[in-house]
Amino acid sequence: MGIEVAVEGLTKSFGTQTIWRDVTLTLPAGEVTVLLGPSGTGKTVFLKSLIGLIKPEDGTVRVDGVDMVNDPDRRVFRARKRFGLMFQDGAMFGSLNLYDNIAFPLREHTRKTEREIRRIVLEKMDTVGLAGEEKKVPGQISGGMRKRAGLARALVMDPEIILCDEPDSGLDPVRTAHLSQLLIDVNARIDATMLIVTHNIEIASTVPDNIGMLYRRDLVAFGPRETVIASEDPVIAQFLRGSPEGPIGMSEEKDAALLAEEAARAANRPRPVARPIEIPAQLRPSPGEPERSGEIRHAARVDALLPSLPHAAAEAIRRGRVATAEAAAVAAAAQQAAAQRAASASQPAPQPETHPAPQPPPLPPEFRPPGETP
Amino acid sequence: MTTPQMSVPGAAALRQTGRLFALAGTVLAMTFRRPFQLRELIQQFWFIASVAILPTMLVSIPFGAVISLQVGSLAKQLGAQSLTGGASVLAVVQQASPLIVALLISGAAGSAICADLGSRTIREEMDAMEVMGVSPIQRLVVPRVLACTAVAVLLNGLVSVVGVAGGYFFNVELQDGTPGAYLASFSALAQLPDLYVSELKALIFGFIAGVVASYRGLNPRPGPKGVGDAVNQSVVVTFLLLFFVNLVMTAIYLEVVPAKGA
Ligand SMILES: Nc1ncnc2c1ncn2[C@@H]1O[C@H](COP(=O)(O)OP(=O)(O)OP(=O)(O)O)[C@@H](O)[C@H]1O
Ligand SMILES: [Mg+2]
Repeated sequence: MGIEVAVEGLTKSFGTQTIWRDVTLTLPAGEVTVLLGPSGTGKTVFLKSLIGLIKPEDGTVRVDGVDMVNDPDRRVFRARKRFGLMFQDGAMFGSLNLYDNIAFPLREHTRKTEREIRRIVLEKMDTVGLAGEEKKVPGQISGGMRKRAGLARALVMDPEIILCDEPDSGLDPVRTAHLSQLLIDVNARIDATMLIVTHNIEIASTVPDNIGMLYRRDLVAFGPRETVIASEDPVIAQFLRGSPEGPIGMSEEKDAALLAEEAARAANRPRPVARPIEIPAQLRPSPGEPERSGEIRHAARVDALLPSLPHAAAEAIRRGRVATAEAAAVAAAAQQAAAQRAASASQPAPQPETHPAPQPPPLPPEFRPPGETP
Repeated sequence: MTTPQMSVPGAAALRQTGRLFALAGTVLAMTFRRPFQLRELIQQFWFIASVAILPTMLVSIPFGAVISLQVGSLAKQLGAQSLTGGASVLAVVQQASPLIVALLISGAAGSAICADLGSRTIREEMDAMEVMGVSPIQRLVVPRVLACTAVAVLLNGLVSVVGVAGGYFFNVELQDGTPGAYLASFSALAQLPDLYVSELKALIFGFIAGVVASYRGLNPRPGPKGVGDAVNQSVVVTFLLLFFVNLVMTAIYLEVVPAKGA
């Protein structure tokens, strides 16, 4: 069972440069959250602050009663064992081979026998697609392999909180898709609280329960996935579409003259008809994996929140849930068809065991699509 | 809670000094923290010994010779040839030997330690270790500092012997001294505390060399150039500290332990 991470009033500066200020958010237990933000807005600094590697000047990060910012080192050290952090650059130990790198936390903190360690390490290496590379040292592998090794090391202790710094950068599109699925499956299996920093819109829009965004020293958005995707805030909208037009420029912010010029140009152009933004379905655990308890808790939490949300946000949540339910139904049908084909092909062999795909949580009655009766 | 960044001149230097002492204290405390990193200690010990032994020997023979020649000719001018042996032995054992050992350990091993730790720091390996709840100080720094200290103490014994033997050879063979006078003056002037203080110096110097190298290695400025600068500074800072500490220790020793026959 994951644990909640409550961040309150966090402010960090290096010298005179303020990285971000007064960041307040809660990573709900067992839920998956994605943190977005233009390059250089301090996402990595934020992750490192959560785990106590960087000490912000102000604010608190509470993890099960421990304040990772202000508590004495001894307590922070103990609390860190509940985290798994995947570094942006992998941060593998250059002097150890991949196997020993990934076995490191097990050897340090558990009394497992070398045989058990071997089983766990090989299994994790297999899940990140590094089987057979045990003997290589970090200097001999590609950047993408280093990241996957870093992920395997972060997962090896089955941590309660998993922080991933750009797990997708340096990976090809297929591996990125596998990685998204892997993250969701890990969440389903160990119910860890997860925070993923990424620039990948595909991951941001299909994997998490919640999305946050850092921009110009502030947390400009934090909320359920659907509401942030549907947000009309120009910064968020521009970022999610990856468009050059909008307030985000190549440097931290565009200067005023450039903005005015752009506004003039946009005014002259025919405006596209405003249509509702599509909310993609959320990724679900692979067949055979358990339900995500985090997803169920998230749904309950959002249901409680619904009455207080503006209409557009509630509508976005409804569309997101419909899309997710539809995708799950399609996947289940496809799986059943495949199972039947396999069964009829191999008669009279015994029916192969099929795992039903986990079903998403039901919609609250007021948000069921019209025409559907319970 | 904000930490005011004072801009008093010299504050930065004081802060660095404070952090250096804090690291030294942490290393001492962590030495007794389990699990003790025996494997790492042995590896480091072996490494430091292997890079330091040969250069130390090669330096100590001519150095012992120079001191013995210089003292020998001075003693001749003063008409005290019979005391050459003891005088040069004292100079070698008490002053030259611990310094030579510490300088070479700092130059040959400290620079390697600093570069190793520095490149690990900028590759975030230290952060990764801390995140996994393992203290890099206990895991990496303590074995290195202990290895530096132990190698310094042991090499100091070796250099003392080599220096004294070299002095004997040059005095007897080249300056027409007599073996009997050399040995007699040796036992007349030298005493066991001279050797003790020599070893104590080597111990402290080795510790300083290890701590300074580790401190700079743990706090490089970012980037490969930062590591290069850190290595450079670690050697220079160690040298400065060694000569200063040597001055203090020598002064105290000469006050506290009465010279033999005085
Ligand atoms: N140790 C440090 N000392 C001084 N400034 C730092 C330090 N670490 C980070 N910064 C500054 O903090 C800002 C945020 O850096 P950070 O690495 O968190 O960005 P990021 O959001 O992770 O970017 P990216 O998406 O490119 O990884 C940058 O302007 C950087 O220069
Ligand atoms: Mg980053």
